Amino acid sequence: MALRLALRVGRRLTGVLATLLAASFVIFAAVYAAPGDPAVFLAGGRDKLTPERLAQVRAEYHLDEPLFVQYGRWLWDCVHLDLGRSFKYSDQVADLVAARFPTTLQLVLYATVLFVVLGVGAGVLAAVKRSTWVDSAVVGATTLAASVPSFVAAIALVSFFGVRLGWFPVTGSGTGFLGTVRHLTLPALSLALGALALVSRVTRQAMVDAAASDHVEAARASGVPERDIVRRHVLRNALGPIVTMCGLVMAGMLAGTVVVETAFGLSGIGSLLVGAINTHDFPVAQAVLLLMVTGYIVVTTLVDAVHPLLDPRVEGAHR
Amino acid sequence: MSEIRVPGTGGPGAAPDALLEVTDLTLRLPGAARPVLDSVSLTVAPGEVVALVGESGSGKSTTAKAALGLFPPGAVASGSVRFDGAEVLGLTGERLRAHRARGVALVHQDPRAALNPVRRVGDFLVERGASRSEAVELLASVGLPDPERRVRQRPHELSGGMLQRVVIAGALAARPRLLLADEATSALDVTTQADILALLRGLRAEHGLGLLFITHDLHLAAAYSDRVYVMYAGRVVESRTAGALFTAPAHPYTQGLLTCSPTLGDTGTPLHPIPGRPPSLSDTFPGCPFTDRCAHSQPTCETWAPIQVALPDGGTAACALLADSDRPVPSVGSWSARRAERVGTAPSNGTDTAQVIHE
Repeated sequence: MALRLALRVGRRLTGVLATLLAASFVIFAAVYAAPGDPAVFLAGGRDKLTPERLAQVRAEYHLDEPLFVQYGRWLWDCVHLDLGRSFKYSDQVADLVAARFPTTLQLVLYATVLFVVLGVGAGVLAAVKRSTWVDSAVVGATTLAASVPSFVAAIALVSFFGVRLGWFPVTGSGTGFLGTVRHLTLPALSLALGALALVSRVTRQAMVDAAASDHVEAARASGVPERDIVRRHVLRNALGPIVTMCGLVMAGMLAGTVVVETAFGLSGIGSLLVGAINTHDFPVAQAVLLLMVTGYIVVTTLVDAVHPLLDPRVEGAHR
Repeated sequence: MSEIRVPGTGGPGAAPDALLEVTDLTLRLPGAARPVLDSVSLTVAPGEVVALVGESGSGKSTTAKAALGLFPPGAVASGSVRFDGAEVLGLTGERLRAHRARGVALVHQDPRAALNPVRRVGDFLVERGASRSEAVELLASVGLPDPERRVRQRPHELSGGMLQRVVIAGALAARPRLLLADEATSALDVTTQADILALLRGLRAEHGLGLLFITHDLHLAAAYSDRVYVMYAGRVVESRTAGALFTAPAHPYTQGLLTCSPTLGDTGTPLHPIPGRPPSLSDTFPGCPFTDRCAHSQPTCETWAPIQVALPDGGTAACALLADSDRPVPSVGSWSARRAERVGTAPSNGTDTAQVIHE
């Protein structure tokens, strides 16, 4: 049993590492192939640029070496937890990312809590009140919310809750727990709105499918209270697709905070990435992308790992 | 067996000895051309085993579920379903739930479908009114070995026979007075089937339960129960004691059911399947619903609205030939001979007629 568990974990980890390795190469190659020459930027612009100066900069930053050698050097450093120095700020990339990442992570976690609670809640409501006006209202409202781009939602939220009502601050990320929550509420809400439609609809459909099972009718025929039927049979059995969808949406959010961070003046990794790409800051862009991919893989792996707990038959089906 | 009485059952105003009393139950579904159930009447007394027999779609499961106040969506019911003297039709909300949670319990046809695959066996029993310790006792009482371990297991870890015992334990957890066994043994292999049947019979004797036993197997029904109701196209066509039904079936459909299944030591006798097909919900009948498939069909059968005709031994059958007292009750022998002749001359006659009506 312990051996089987160790084998499963080992296989999972190997898969994660292989995915990360492949992703790291794609990221490195993509940034390498991006238009624009970082050496020009590093040398201080095209004015007064001599070929000798350019070659010197290239050699200094190892930009004259072939792609694979550069990749190997970068990977070797990454494995030793050295992400290099930013071309632009000359700081350690790790420090830059570490300073920005908590804001993004808090934003994504907050948005996840919001879309899970609101989205799953709305989906459960729609499923329980299926084919009534409640169902239609949930579908209509979430579709409307999803069809509004997040930057429009952000502006609307700011002008209403921030400016008119003055309930929430309009910009910045705040300090302390309450300050952070207050500052991140509007950004998290505008991030979560787009996910509501997807999550609530997946929840509704999974619940409707689960409610059609014979064991639900059997429980009803045995006089099990309706509350318990919805909670312990319908929702419990619908959790698989719901958790998968919530995990995927959350993982996607890690890479999709740019617009909201910009709109609310938050300094997270999204705005860091955009800045790095605009200034050909290779090490920063690569590190941020690698972090996003890692986050995505970690979240999806966790979701996979949770599945046997949700459905004990999955474990038996796996070899 | 039908004489067993349980003291204290049947409150004031109840029929003297009926635990379940269904009277003229008619059930209509939107979009169906005929009622799913048409004037179904039956009774089950405490301690009695009553079988409900018929082909798929004859309405036997629907009748049994009516005892729980469980109807298909959109169904409109009329008539009366009384359990222990109290009307079940028209119960809603909490009172309906309370009725289902006590008194009547259904043993499902497919135990694997009746149990939530992601929850533990113990949860299934606790949900139906047992405590944790009672759950272990219940599993032991239905003959499941190692009950302490079973309560922590999940359905996919148990065999079909074990699961059917779990489902029966779940039905008993509510301390019911009436068990509805809906094809409870049909999905099991023969030895397990015999075990489960013996278990149900033992439980009935032990707790004085009424048992409504639903099956498509007329031989099993006649051997296992005290009384048998035969259903066809949503109607009860014959209601007899098991012995009388087996030795002298009165309704041509019952006779057909008996001659179309093989019996031991009877290998020389040819089997006679009933021609045609069981009617669907889109088939309507101006007269007797069985007339298209019946070897004894008379012109009057096409328009004869079925009524229950009393038989000398106390049973009833809904057949025009029995209503007409001049005519002798057809015997099994004459049925077989005449039907063989009919099948020989026009093999697909019944099917063709049925399809014409269908269109």
